[in-house]
Amino acid sequence: MKEYWELFWSFAKVGVMTFGGGMAMLPILQREIVEERHWATEEELVDYFAIGQCTPGIIAVNTATFVGQKRKGNLGGVVATMGIVMPSLIIILAIAGLITNFSDLPVVQNAFAGVKVCVCVLILNAVLKLLKSSVVDRRTLVIFLLVAGCSVGFELAVKHISPVIFVLLSALAGLVLKELEARRA
Amino acid sequence: MIYLRLFYEFFKTGLFSVGGGLATLPFLRSMADTTGWFTRAQLTDMLAISESTPGPIGVNMATYVGFTTAGPLGSLVATAGLVTPSVIVILLIARMLQKFRHSLIVERAFYGLRPASTGLIAAAGLSVLPVALLNVQQWTATGSFLALVRWPAVALAAALVILTNWVKPTKNLHPILFIGISAVIGIVFRFGGV
Repeated sequence: MKEYWELFWSFAKVGVMTFGGGMAMLPILQREIVEERHWATEEELVDYFAIGQCTPGIIAVNTATFVGQKRKGNLGGVVATMGIVMPSLIIILAIAGLITNFSDLPVVQNAFAGVKVCVCVLILNAVLKLLKSSVVDRRTLVIFLLVAGCSVGFELAVKHISPVIFVLLSALAGLVLKELEARRA
Repeated sequence: MIYLRLFYEFFKTGLFSVGGGLATLPFLRSMADTTGWFTRAQLTDMLAISESTPGPIGVNMATYVGFTTAGPLGSLVATAGLVTPSVIVILLIARMLQKFRHSLIVERAFYGLRPASTGLIAAAGLSVLPVALLNVQQWTATGSFLALVRWPAVALAAALVILTNWVKPTKNLHPILFIGISAVIGIVFRFGGV
């Protein structure tokens, strides 16, 4: 029972501290789940994000379900998910019921412009940590640079490109590259 | 029965939106058009609030739309609808992954997947960077390069990079602390320009 409660509480904490969508959750997850609780490794986190990009639903929820399932089976997955959505429920209900012009308030706009700068830096720091477990040789470096470059490029050209394409192509690349390597050896 | 319909609509949204919270937006737009529960203008307001409150954006949106449509219970039902399909899918995948994690095919696929996943995350961080650090509107209005760069934001970013990477006493502090400080600095120096 205590372990379920810990799962719920940890993911509720992650939910409260996530500002600005799924990717902003990564630095918080690294801190709370990988470094403090040791419930997942950096490598697993990258895997969960990769799978979350090409499966239905929200990446934050997908990651919570993964970690919860790993800890305590199916029920653990459900409990962790409930944890991550609970803060949203409470906060949005409070705001929707009380302040309708919340996002127009100057204080909120200014605070969020500051938070945005911080979240960018934190995400890029998080990427540096992830690089250690994901970019292990020259070929994986090329994949990393290609995917990052292409998706920024498309984003700036105001054409959204589905991450699913990158995920599928890179999995295929992994299979082909390793097969070639095995044949050469 | 409004709650059943609400659950059904959000279940559909959760099932078909792939790739994160903002992917739910097109579905919510069509929900506004077909159900008449809320207008597209309301949706824009709800998105602004969802982006400026803690929590995953997709969950915030579902909670808000559910509340607007059917009160507090509605928000609970909408959120449950949104997350149910992904919880089921992920539980199935997690089981398979446990079984096949060390199989040759899965290991090889992840060899390529991991750098790509990291690349996507890097891209998400990088594509917010110009929005956070540059002011293109000011630049086109005044034509001065000095007006293009949000200097206080750049200074904050530089300070954060140093404090979170190279200064021993601060680099292991909890990330939420830096977020909080940045919010205060944003308010004091009017980062939003209002």
